[in-house]
Amino acid sequence: MAELNANIPEGDLTEKWTKLRSSMPLVNPSNKRSIEIIVVGSGLAGASAAATLAEMGYKVKCFCFQDSPRRAHSIAAQGGINAAKNYQNDGDSTYRLFYDTIKGGDYRAREANVHRLAEVSSNIIDQCVAQGVPLAREYGGLLDNRSFGGTQVQRTFYAAGQTGQQLLLGAYSSLERQIGMGKVEMYTRHEMLDVVIIDGKARGIIARNLITGELERHFGHAVLIASGGYGNVFYLSTNAMGSNVTAAWKAHKKGAFFGNPCYTQIHPTCIPVSGEHQSKLTLMSESLRNDGRIWVPKKKDDTRKPSEIPEDERDYYLERRYPAFGNLVPRDVASRAAKERCDAGYGVGKSKLAVYLDFTANTERYGRIEANKHNIHNPDKATCMRLGREVIKEKYGNLFDMYKQITGEDPYELPMRIYPAVHYTMGGLWVDYNLMTTVPGLYALGEANFSDHGANRLGASALMQGLADGYFVIPYTIGSYLSKELATKPISTDHPAFVEAENAAKATIDKFLSINGTKSVDYFHKKLGKIMWEKCGMARNAQGLTDAIEEIRTLRKEFWSDVRVPGTTGSFNPELEKAGRVADFIELGELMCIDALNRNESCGGHFREEYQTPEGEALRDDENFSYVAAWEYFGDTQFKLHKEELKFENIKVAQRSYK
Amino acid sequence: MSTENMNLTLKVWRQTDNKAQGNLVDYKVSDVSPDMSFLEMFDVLNEDLITKGDDPIVFDHDCREGICGACSMYINGRPHGPKELVTTCQLHMRSFKDGDTIVVEPWRAKAFPVIKDLAVDRTAFDRIIAAGGFISVNTGNAQDANAIPIPKSQSDAAFEAAACIACGACVATCKNASAMLFTSAKISQLALLPQGQPERYRRAQSMVAQMDAEGFGNCTNTGACEAECPKGISLENIARMNRDFYHAKFVSEEEV
Repeated sequence: MAELNANIPEGDLTEKWTKLRSSMPLVNPSNKRSIEIIVVGSGLAGASAAATLAEMGYKVKCFCFQDSPRRAHSIAAQGGINAAKNYQNDGDSTYRLFYDTIKGGDYRAREANVHRLAEVSSNIIDQCVAQGVPLAREYGGLLDNRSFGGTQVQRTFYAAGQTGQQLLLGAYSSLERQIGMGKVEMYTRHEMLDVVIIDGKARGIIARNLITGELERHFGHAVLIASGGYGNVFYLSTNAMGSNVTAAWKAHKKGAFFGNPCYTQIHPTCIPVSGEHQSKLTLMSESLRNDGRIWVPKKKDDTRKPSEIPEDERDYYLERRYPAFGNLVPRDVASRAAKERCDAGYGVGKSKLAVYLDFTANTERYGRIEANKHNIHNPDKATCMRLGREVIKEKYGNLFDMYKQITGEDPYELPMRIYPAVHYTMGGLWVDYNLMTTVPGLYALGEANFSDHGANRLGASALMQGLADGYFVIPYTIGSYLSKELATKPISTDHPAFVEAENAAKATIDKFLSINGTKSVDYFHKKLGKIMWEKCGMARNAQGLTDAIEEIRTLRKEFWSDVRVPGTTGSFNPELEKAGRVADFIELGELMCIDALNRNESCGGHFREEYQTPEGEALRDDENFSYVAAWEYFGDTQFKLHKEELKFENIKVAQRSYK
Repeated sequence: MSTENMNLTLKVWRQTDNKAQGNLVDYKVSDVSPDMSFLEMFDVLNEDLITKGDDPIVFDHDCREGICGACSMYINGRPHGPKELVTTCQLHMRSFKDGDTIVVEPWRAKAFPVIKDLAVDRTAFDRIIAAGGFISVNTGNAQDANAIPIPKSQSDAAFEAAACIACGACVATCKNASAMLFTSAKISQLALLPQGQPERYRRAQSMVAQMDAEGFGNCTNTGACEAECPKGISLENIARMNRDFYHAKFVSEEEV
């Protein structure tokens, strides 16, 4: 395998993309009609790519495991999408978005990719509005913005607390339009089980029809993996129940390097775990930190109700530690600070693993403004709170309702109790500037790739990246590969490589069904999650990671000898699907620990306890670790590290400070 | 409303596949925490069935935060159970009490055939969207997002219609198995926005035609769909759709 080449175009940072795009080889319209592209996943990245490629004239097949492409987990994104529009006239620019993203990622992302992301961010908003996505507006009829963490401008566009839903439905409607015209063949309730490689190039996939259980072979001149992130390796996360790493992991096992697997985002504001039965965790959008203040009591083990704790006995620890950014520090910083307070014994609620997110101060402030508008002078507190509540309701109503539904407590009356939870994975398949993995013809888009967020993603940047990759990057960059594939005739799916891949997938399924052990798939998934959360979660250390690797190896053996998968292969069998996904999570978990153990520094979401400043901040080691760790698979969990050096030519690398 | 752990009896629809005859099967579930969601209670039951060597109950679910629209149980005669504006995944066991018997069935509609147990095929909804539930704008064609100001009230109304999650509760609860609330929500969203105007009447015709072709029933203004919709989609949307449909038929018919 040749050394890693990120294929970053020459030239000035601000001109790389424009120049490349203008000089990229093209495929003429009549040739496009005979080129087939497979897209795995139908979230923001997959749906936007499939729709756009079909609009351009390619023959597209799109696969998703859900019953409709509209249910991909992008739908659950709440807060918003960033774009350097500078509509608020607050000093935003492409450069500032680029800079914030690199800094937010703790200087572990590739400059050229991030700059391109910032450049196309504006086009995304234009495209979505043209599709009829009802983003929030002001009374003047123009688009509204709000603030998100790690920035000091207002560049986040939103649709109440349902931004992901609205953007996905926009991409979905474009996709359905192409399906209706017969330009995209949609395969719902299908799961990709392998990539087929012929003469070193990705040439198709093996997919399982989840209803009939049949294995299918599909040819493509190129294969795009847009299957999302792997947060469910922790069992409990804010991901959907079905979110999985299988497509990306199979690609990895077929030769695609896996980049920075240990970079996991733990989101600071989620509803705390309520009991052993818990199946998933629910996020409370970062946008709430616009108006919610985070605090814990100053006294340890304080059992008073929050309303009985006077102002001067509260510790607004984010405002205390980070006066410049306050409650809007990036997610990794906010999560660690919450953990620090709870570990020190200041946590609240039954489990003591929670902090308050309190809207009282801003509700009152909004109420005062409303009172003025209504010509009520010197309003009392009750009036302010009543009027302010209406404002809060308009901004965050659906989130407040969701919180109440889950916890049984009314957040208009009591502060929310929140705690960090696994939310997003910055790591993923390693891709070059063109989004191609180390396997020619195999691409990775959106959360499934590693490329743009470094060691920590800023809020409202996932939607931006997913749509940037799908609408504005891959449609251009794929041309440079496909323009050389014009002579490639569709390969018959009777080719030995297809037969072999199908047989391997079938053997794995048969194995699951034949073990007939004593424990359910969930049993193993929960156990894996516990190891990962305790030893490869918010804080990691060498000893813990070494232990975790051993524990995961033991768990893997136990899984393959004692799992019980009921039912048959020839029917709709969700337990069988889960078994395949958990088997892959177990292997990935081990690689995550290996990567975390290798990275002897702290950066962004990767916090090694051995490497911190006296104030407890992440301490990077730029001399030795300013690289992307890209892992190559060698069978039976043997991995080899390849390094892509990160060069910062436009940004001065510094200790990240939000003080 | 229970705060203590509960013992419950479930009557659950079991059906091995599309062609098989289904029936209700009784299950006992004990020690159910009021903090559990309805689906987590099913997880516990399934774990128990797997350990015993039985076939677990199949049901659709994914995000478990009320937005993907996958979950779809008909609980005690109501889609998504007894609470208003809530999907099954967000229904918590504190809404039930110790000793309750709960009947759980799949969505029932000709256009939503049962796949297995509680999971049904809702791809008809995708085909209705594919028939016209979009604005024909290719990537790269867009002008600046602020070029056309849209009054906030109009944009908010479009958003309210766009909040539909395509779960199918409206169809399941309707005595005619009508998909008019679903179809009209998309037609309304786009009809309320300036970007949706060029294809407005064409869209209403093609989407309604597809809705009929899928075998959904007609609307007789009972309003059950609005009452049961977990996202509060309003009946006004149906009125708007009908208006656009008739306008298309009698005023400006276009070939579609």
